[in-house]
Amino acid sequence: MSKIVLSHIDKFYGENHVLRDINLTIEDGDFMTLLGPSGCGKTTTLRVVSGLEKPQNGTMTIDGRTIINAAEAFYEAPSKRGLNLVFQSYALWPHMTVFQNVAFGLKIKKMKKAEIEETVMRALKTMRIEEYRNRYPNELSGGQQQRVAIARAIASSPKLLLLDEPLSNLDARLRIDMRAELKRLHKETGTTIIYVTHDQVEALTMSTKIALFKEGEISQIDTPLGLYTNPIDLQAADFIGNPRINFVEAKGLYNGDKLFVTSEFGVYTYDHETLKLDEDIPENESFDCVLGLRPEMVDIYTKDPGHKNTVAAKIYANQPAGSETLVTLTVGQTEFLAIQVGLVEYDMNQDVFVVLHPGRMNVYNKKTGRLIKFAKTKHKAGVDD
Amino acid sequence: MAKKGWKRPPMTWKRFKNQLLSVIGNPFNVIVAITLIVLFIFIIIPLLTMIQNTFVTTRGALKEVRKLYPDAQVGSYTLYSWRYLFGAENFVSSGGMGLKGTLIYVNLLEPLFNSLIVGLFVTVISVPLGALMAWLMVRTDIPAKGLLSSLILIPYMIPSWCKALSWLTVFRTPEYGGFYGLLTGLGINVPDWLAYGPIAIIIVMTMHYYAFSYIMVSGALRSINSELEEMGEIQGANKVQILKSITLPLVLPSILSATIMTVSKSIGTYGVAARLGEPAGYHVLATKMKYFLGQSSTEAVGYILSIVMILLAASTIFINQRLIGTRKSYATIGGKGTRSNLIPLGGAKWPMLIFLAVFIIVAMFMPLFFLVMESFQIIPGGGYSPSNLTLYAWAGELENAPNTAFDREGLFANPLFFHSLWNTVKLSLIASIITAVFGQFFGYITTRGRGKWYGNAVEQLIFIPYLMSGVAFSAIYYAMFSQPHLGGLIPSLTGTFMLILLVSIVKHFPFASRSGSSNMMQISVELEEAATINGAGFWRRIRSVIIPLARHGFLSGFLLSFISIAKELDLIAILITSEENYTLSFLSFTYAETMPQAGDAICIIIIAFILITNKIADKFGGNVSKSM
Repeated sequence: MSKIVLSHIDKFYGENHVLRDINLTIEDGDFMTLLGPSGCGKTTTLRVVSGLEKPQNGTMTIDGRTIINAAEAFYEAPSKRGLNLVFQSYALWPHMTVFQNVAFGLKIKKMKKAEIEETVMRALKTMRIEEYRNRYPNELSGGQQQRVAIARAIASSPKLLLLDEPLSNLDARLRIDMRAELKRLHKETGTTIIYVTHDQVEALTMSTKIALFKEGEISQIDTPLGLYTNPIDLQAADFIGNPRINFVEAKGLYNGDKLFVTSEFGVYTYDHETLKLDEDIPENESFDCVLGLRPEMVDIYTKDPGHKNTVAAKIYANQPAGSETLVTLTVGQTEFLAIQVGLVEYDMNQDVFVVLHPGRMNVYNKKTGRLIKFAKTKHKAGVDD
Repeated sequence: MAKKGWKRPPMTWKRFKNQLLSVIGNPFNVIVAITLIVLFIFIIIPLLTMIQNTFVTTRGALKEVRKLYPDAQVGSYTLYSWRYLFGAENFVSSGGMGLKGTLIYVNLLEPLFNSLIVGLFVTVISVPLGALMAWLMVRTDIPAKGLLSSLILIPYMIPSWCKALSWLTVFRTPEYGGFYGLLTGLGINVPDWLAYGPIAIIIVMTMHYYAFSYIMVSGALRSINSELEEMGEIQGANKVQILKSITLPLVLPSILSATIMTVSKSIGTYGVAARLGEPAGYHVLATKMKYFLGQSSTEAVGYILSIVMILLAASTIFINQRLIGTRKSYATIGGKGTRSNLIPLGGAKWPMLIFLAVFIIVAMFMPLFFLVMESFQIIPGGGYSPSNLTLYAWAGELENAPNTAFDREGLFANPLFFHSLWNTVKLSLIASIITAVFGQFFGYITTRGRGKWYGNAVEQLIFIPYLMSGVAFSAIYYAMFSQPHLGGLIPSLTGTFMLILLVSIVKHFPFASRSGSSNMMQISVELEEAATINGAGFWRRIRSVIIPLARHGFLSGFLLSFISIAKELDLIAILITSEENYTLSFLSFTYAETMPQAGDAICIIIIAFILITNKIADKFGGNVSKSM
């Protein structure tokens, strides 16, 4: 049981306002990822939750218990918050063996010796490093050190586990292994996890929820799928997804019921219920908007497939990469990227046909940069959208 | 744009209570508070007292003061001392000698000028010398590195006044020294300008203070990742260009810090200048100040000279800060990649080795050799033939003296020697352990409080004793603690071992704290945070994380203070008022006038004591060259 509620958290370093009115609820058992570029405040938020930083404004509760009440200058000690933290640098004590590192917190809790032995070994076993118990940190590889750091954090069975960019010092292969390891750990222990990363792949693959940070503020909180299909603004859309989303310049017209979007792809009509009506959508006047088109939603044909959303296009460049092929196309002046599964060969300047799915595209108001039309999150096979 | 930042919420009782609890409940805050109080009492108050004392009429000065201020009483405030130095009549020349005939020239300008000359030359020679040696030892493939590194700091362990004695054993002339030196004994006429005065002082000090630059620059060089230099190589720079545009700028902050230390140390040192300058009437600020301090009517004039010396040292710091600024003080350069590839010296290998060897011979073997030899001589400067050799200075009884020039028993026959030896051991061990412990705490506070007001306050306060010459520092402590304070809570400490201990500790705070902060800088804050998260309180973190990791650095810092305290003379000379408190250095000082052989012998014993302690500490991982 562990539900964390942060409300109206502000953190200043001198005049520097690094966290701006952070509101975040993390449900019991969530794998919440704080995602954003470096310097956006995600690590600071984690440190506020851990108790290593004291925010100037705001409150935080864990299961209803007040942990932070800045107005009353009340900050519960880190050790009394029932959590543990894995540092980006691992912060393993170099003068202690693996066993001593993991046992440290248990010793402070005055646990009995036999119990410590058992608990430590269980943690080491979970992380599959029991054979290194008598090694010193500098005698281990980076991946092994990482496992020790996690073992140290989970040994005390925290209700909440905080992870600060734990995979950033590992090589690509180990990173994939550790992602699986962490996901399994989350499932097995049921611990609530807050995970900080700038890597969207980590965020998308592991989390149950993602909080997207931008310049000290949370711009969006959603499930990985929700965040991927409907990024709340142009910056979020640009940040999420690899290869990047395509932005296509267009003109919008909203008559109070339907939204008409005109681009070089043609005119698309969107119904009332797909629009995000709490956003600024100018009525009965033409306005600049941007279509968001994910590269994997473009189908390429060499002959006209006869689909209603078919457009003629030209191949600009072709980048086969083994499991996938990146294809750059042009329609009129509009250039965009498509991704095809497997190896596909096209000639430069070859004429092709692309089938686009307007229902799966996002529409942004160019002036505000905000999402005004949702993309469909689920597609049925064979249905035209 | 409106002022950004955080608006403080209204103060409520609960908020006040929680804030108070969190401040008091955190031992770190308590330690910071205690530190600030200790520094205030032992550094700020003495400094203010010294300034105050330049105006206060003392009993000894009363008669002189009344000539100018007929109503003056003991304790009344007058400008007597300032007028003594800066009065209008001091600027009137007598004897048609222009400026040189004025009192201001004799009392202030000449010693000031001499100090500047000595300080300038010592710094200009010893800083590059030490830096070059550091570079050779850390970054190049110079041969015999193991042997060299065990010898290269030994000259620093030989007290500077012992080197001065050793200089005299060779160059002494009977006109000034009373005894023959080696050369005059051989019938070679030693010119006075070589035997005594600026050249002798500069040479002896250079052989000593190269160590600051060596220690600091080698520390900086060790922290530079060799990849930075290799990158320069890849960009096509040659060795000289790499040295000039990559290595040198990176170690520049440490070179400039070493410059400050060398300048203020070479200006403030009394012992060397007294031995090698005074006999020929060559005065620097430190000796002039000692002269004034030694006379009851002009004690306060000595304090004024001390203030002049502080201003001089402070201005070098100011210039230094203007030169590097804060942006360039990259004291720590990356924790990653300590792998360092050595630079091949190629053809310069052997000349450089010879250069280092010559330095070690001149600065270490020769002084030791001449000291040892003279300690066995019957007539100093009388040659090394068996007929002129005796063990008397070491162990002779007075009735067996080879001639009447020996007016005291030899060392091992003299109970005062053993008493002084015991005092030296006691003082140097106790003081350096306490200093080193404090230094680690100061270092902890300044590194963890970097950029916070208390971190900066501690860092700046701690440096003040460094600016005060040892002689002035102890004079002020002597004055301050001659009466009981706080209604008898602090009794009068005059003539006590306690006072000597106290002065030795506080005077070495700057070094110890430097050493402490360089040590603490290497312990990442995250290691402590990880312990906090696991439930460790402040003391538990200190015990389980900081102390085990700081152990080697602590020992190195201890050694640094120890070497300095064991050989200290300037600082404690004034405070020793009875044989009860004699230390070896002071005993040597008193012997040297009449029986230089015994003075030399004491030097050798002090050096041996330092070397043995160094060796023991080395076994446990202490290393002076890694202390700053």
